Amino acid sequence: MSAERLVDELHYGLDAPICLTWEVTYGCNLACVHCLSSSGRRDARELTTAEAHGVIDELHDLQVFYVNIGGGEPTIRPDFFDLVEYAVAQRVGVKFSTNGTTMTAERARRLAGADYVDVQISIDGATPATNDPVRGDGSYAAARRAMDLLAEAGFGTFKISVVVTRQNAAELDSLEAIAAAYGAQLRLTRLRPSGRGADSWDRLHPTAEQQVDLYHWLVERPGVLTGDSFFHLSALGEALPGLNLCGAGRVVCLIDPVGDVYACPFVLHPQFRAGTVRDEGGFARVWRESDLFRQLRAPGSAGACASCGSFDACRGGCMAAKFFTGLPLDGPDPECVHGYGEAALAGRMAGSAPAPGPGHSVAVSLRRRTR
Amino acid sequence: MTAYALDPQVAIRPEPFGALAYHYGNRRLTFLRDPRLVDLLRDLEHHESVDAALAASDIEPTRWPSFRRALDALSRSEVIRVR
Amino acid sequence: MRSMADAPVPAHDEAGDGPEETLVEDELLIEEISIDGMCGVY
Repeated sequence: MSAERLVDELHYGLDAPICLTWEVTYGCNLACVHCLSSSGRRDARELTTAEAHGVIDELHDLQVFYVNIGGGEPTIRPDFFDLVEYAVAQRVGVKFSTNGTTMTAERARRLAGADYVDVQISIDGATPATNDPVRGDGSYAAARRAMDLLAEAGFGTFKISVVVTRQNAAELDSLEAIAAAYGAQLRLTRLRPSGRGADSWDRLHPTAEQQVDLYHWLVERPGVLTGDSFFHLSALGEALPGLNLCGAGRVVCLIDPVGDVYACPFVLHPQFRAGTVRDEGGFARVWRESDLFRQLRAPGSAGACASCGSFDACRGGCMAAKFFTGLPLDGPDPECVHGYGEAALAGRMAGSAPAPGPGHSVAVSLRRRTR
Repeated sequence: MTAYALDPQVAIRPEPFGALAYHYGNRRLTFLRDPRLVDLLRDLEHHESVDAALAASDIEPTRWPSFRRALDALSRSEVIRVR
Repeated sequence: MRSMADAPVPAHDEAGDGPEETLVEDELLIEEISIDGMCGVY
């Protein structure tokens, strides 16, 4: 029996993803400044209900255990509940993410009655003062109302998901208290410079000092989920719970609203597009045979990080964070805890960050942006 | 002597280097490295005890202690349950 | 949930089982993976 570590074996990829994120629409009724999918307008080429059923059938055949449904705002699709119930009927569990604006008492009851459906509500601050500048006026109140409705309907444990920013990094205790009051699980994830995040990353991403505080805060709270967001911080000491590796194209991937398959939700860019479910062979063929995923699964080199003693722990950090800040993928993460990323950013040539795609953003601003 | 069975809420999916077991009830995911462990889990319900299942398997007796410990852990995470 | 970065247990380790709540990594026969500890998971 091989004595290789699990993390090494997972690097080589599995026959099917463990975790699959499926953005079912680019449409959204909010316009968060850091939206990783630049969502807003629905795309005319969205998968039809029938095509979506086909994707679910494939996930069933591949024995994918559950699918993470998001968007945009997934609940604005008229067939949202149909898709959720179809997935569950096919023994594919569903976890979906929502901004909560579409929650009603009836929908909350429907969700409470569904088994194998988990819900996550997004906020980015413990109060409207921190949250709404990022997510829009009234978004905090709407999210809290959705949480109240789920609680009233007896849904049980839901998740509250927060992207950690410079502005909310001091509010972690308050966020924990909000989750505790609902009996909910708190989930903190990392801001990546992806989608609209590319524009706001410089001013929103936590400072180096805040990162260290965050790491220690998380170490003391193994019950706080992170979606493996902060494995780059494992260079600070004991590893945080989770896979602690970049699973993109190896154990996770993304299906986008028009059926394109990407390595992960944070790299919606042609360079990380593996194929489309609409081609012959569907999703399974893309997962197993695409050139991109084969490349990602090949043994990689530590590159510029080879001489750093922390590479084993941080594994060079997040591919998306490096790509969208114009850093080489075989070098330090822009938020490398040793500061190597900052040095690399300073040494970057002008214009090295990839040009943002057109996205599906709606031309509205939550506040005047100053750059 | 205790008889066990794989929990019906557990799905097992083979992988190149073993198998993944996902418990739909408690949402826990376990990686099983030895295909013989997978066979053993599936076979438990046909035997009156873990030892009987081990004896019926092709796992060499020197390995039985570690398989028993694995089953203990899988019982704690509810992958297998007393029947 | 256990970290994936733990060193493998030697082949004939006779160590006892770990605490109730966590799965013991025994000769690498089993390893629990945090289902919530994967990028992109909700």
